[in-house]
Amino acid sequence: MEKVTIIRSSVVPVLLDDIDTDQIIPARFLKATSREGFGENLFRDWRFNDSGESEIKFPLNDKKWSGEILLAGENFGCGSSREHAAWAIKDYGFKAVISSHFADIFKGNALNNGLLPIELSKAFIEDIKEEVLLNPETKLEINLEQQEVILRVSGEREKFVISPYNSGNSDVD
Amino acid sequence: MKTLFDKIWDKHLVEEIDDQTQVISIDRHYIHEVTSPQAFNSLNEKGVAVMRPDLTTATADHNVPTQDQDKAIKNELSRIQLETLKKNCDQHGIELYGLGHENNGIVHVIGPELGLTQPGMIIVCGDSHTSTHGAFGTVAFGIGTSQVAQVLASQSVLTAKPKTLLIQVDGELNQYITSKDLILHIISRLGTGFGAGYFIEFAGSTIANMSMESRMTVCNMSIEMGARGGLIAADAVTYEYLKTKKFSQGVSLQQCEEMKSDGIEAFDKVVKFNAHDVRPTVTFGTNPGMGIGIEDQIVTQDNDTFTKSLEYMGLTDRLKLEGLPIQHVFIGSCTNGRFEDFEAVAAVIKGNKKAAHVRALLVPGSNAVLKQIKSAGLKEVFESAGFEIRQPGCSACLAMNGDSIPAGEYCVSTSNRNFEGRQGAGARTILASPITAAFAAINGKITNPN
Ligand code: SF4
Repeated sequence: MEKVTIIRSSVVPVLLDDIDTDQIIPARFLKATSREGFGENLFRDWRFNDSGESEIKFPLNDKKWSGEILLAGENFGCGSSREHAAWAIKDYGFKAVISSHFADIFKGNALNNGLLPIELSKAFIEDIKEEVLLNPETKLEINLEQQEVILRVSGEREKFVISPYNSGNSDVD
Repeated sequence: MKTLFDKIWDKHLVEEIDDQTQVISIDRHYIHEVTSPQAFNSLNEKGVAVMRPDLTTATADHNVPTQDQDKAIKNELSRIQLETLKKNCDQHGIELYGLGHENNGIVHVIGPELGLTQPGMIIVCGDSHTSTHGAFGTVAFGIGTSQVAQVLASQSVLTAKPKTLLIQVDGELNQYITSKDLILHIISRLGTGFGAGYFIEFAGSTIANMSMESRMTVCNMSIEMGARGGLIAADAVTYEYLKTKKFSQGVSLQQCEEMKSDGIEAFDKVVKFNAHDVRPTVTFGTNPGMGIGIEDQIVTQDNDTFTKSLEYMGLTDRLKLEGLPIQHVFIGSCTNGRFEDFEAVAAVIKGNKKAAHVRALLVPGSNAVLKQIKSAGLKEVFESAGFEIRQPGCSACLAMNGDSIPAGEYCVSTSNRNFEGRQGAGARTILASPITAAFAAINGKITNPN
């Protein structure tokens, strides 16, 4: 698995709390027997309406937002243990998710797949949010070696903790 | 001073890698068709064998149709997923209780009813509601697919050790109040994040007086508080349950009674509840913490998540759920799909009929439960009330297998999650006890059982 050390990217904000894994990837898409292809249905029911048309207001469909970092509200990844949620986020192209708190099982699943679950204080997330809403191009730097996130416009930074043992270890070796 | 959780955990500790990572040995591993195929792929790609097939038990539950189970499965992807499970189990010598097998059913229903779940064990499964097995004085928790692969390959798992939380409930539950109302009440008071980082022990006289089935309902939903799991110390009730089950004949009363927490001081956090305060509880929003008493009004909170939730549910501020017309009732799932639940429903609906506009779906948690329903003569009670009785499976709890609720319609459900789209895209779920669900089916609207 590819080892990630520094990510510099703008963010895609989905600023709701308690985003559960049923939203990230609804159960009806869990019939596959491989790990690939789940990105297509990431946030399926928020990205598309009943008739399958794109919900243009949803941040993933809004051209204003792009990048490798998903910025979420608190308690991200609660609910079902489905690892498909981490696969879908990764497969879509995100390398990291930022939240003030991750549900335990999701956090482990993300780490086991090289997707970084970055836990930051609510205050810092609030600052990031303000900057990002003002200027969608705003870049964040996630430095895995230093274990810190830097808001590049202001230089504001905060440490996070990810056990080096966990990040990027694959499952059976 | 140690909690019951610590005692079991410490016995299973293989290695402490750092403060976030420990290796824990696993006594029993349950697997099912949805979260195991990619784990087997990892093993097969690396040519690794399953270390202890004898401690691994498989069932088909999430993705199975709940009718015509003896016929070929129509949905191709579902059929392939079930065939893959069979192939993997055959290849690695794992016991599979597949579709149609007398032991088949929802993984968290069959483990206990076969006596595979026993006090003092650590049990894992690639499913968050593995917490259900905690009712037996067992440390049981859900894992992801990568960890399923770890357990298959090494009979151990890498994980962090949670802190401990005691939820003490004393007093008698009022008439028509079930353990489901209790746990919905607790989650509504504490919120969905309260248990984050903790393993819960439920204790107190209310819990001690509960049947094993009711205890399982409580432990089942501990994950909805964000906790890693929940357990209840085993006792004579546990012993009475296990002594008649197939694989637990060797479990003694002493074994059930010996392991307890040393005292309240041993816990990192303690919360107390009084059983008298619990009223029939239902949810109005899109997470299990958004619960209220049936006769209470919704009080709006000023945030985007709450607003989105109420909008999705088609409900408004100051509304009471009592009297709300509903279109579907789903009775089943690993939360309330056991015989005790169906007995309670039958007692309410006996001699009544469901409201004409309501579809009432009753899905037993296992073939054994279905058999009990039939031999107790309840099948006739349900059928003459207009209920559809299906074959076992997760069914409309997660709407992966054909059983789902149409967009915009309300379903009173005895399952555990009311997330957006959980029971089908656009479906509106109201979580409730089997008794409340039975009253809703008869009256066609949310009704206070009292
Ligand atoms: S019944 Fe529902 S909650 Fe239980 S295992 Fe099946 S899908 Fe999960």
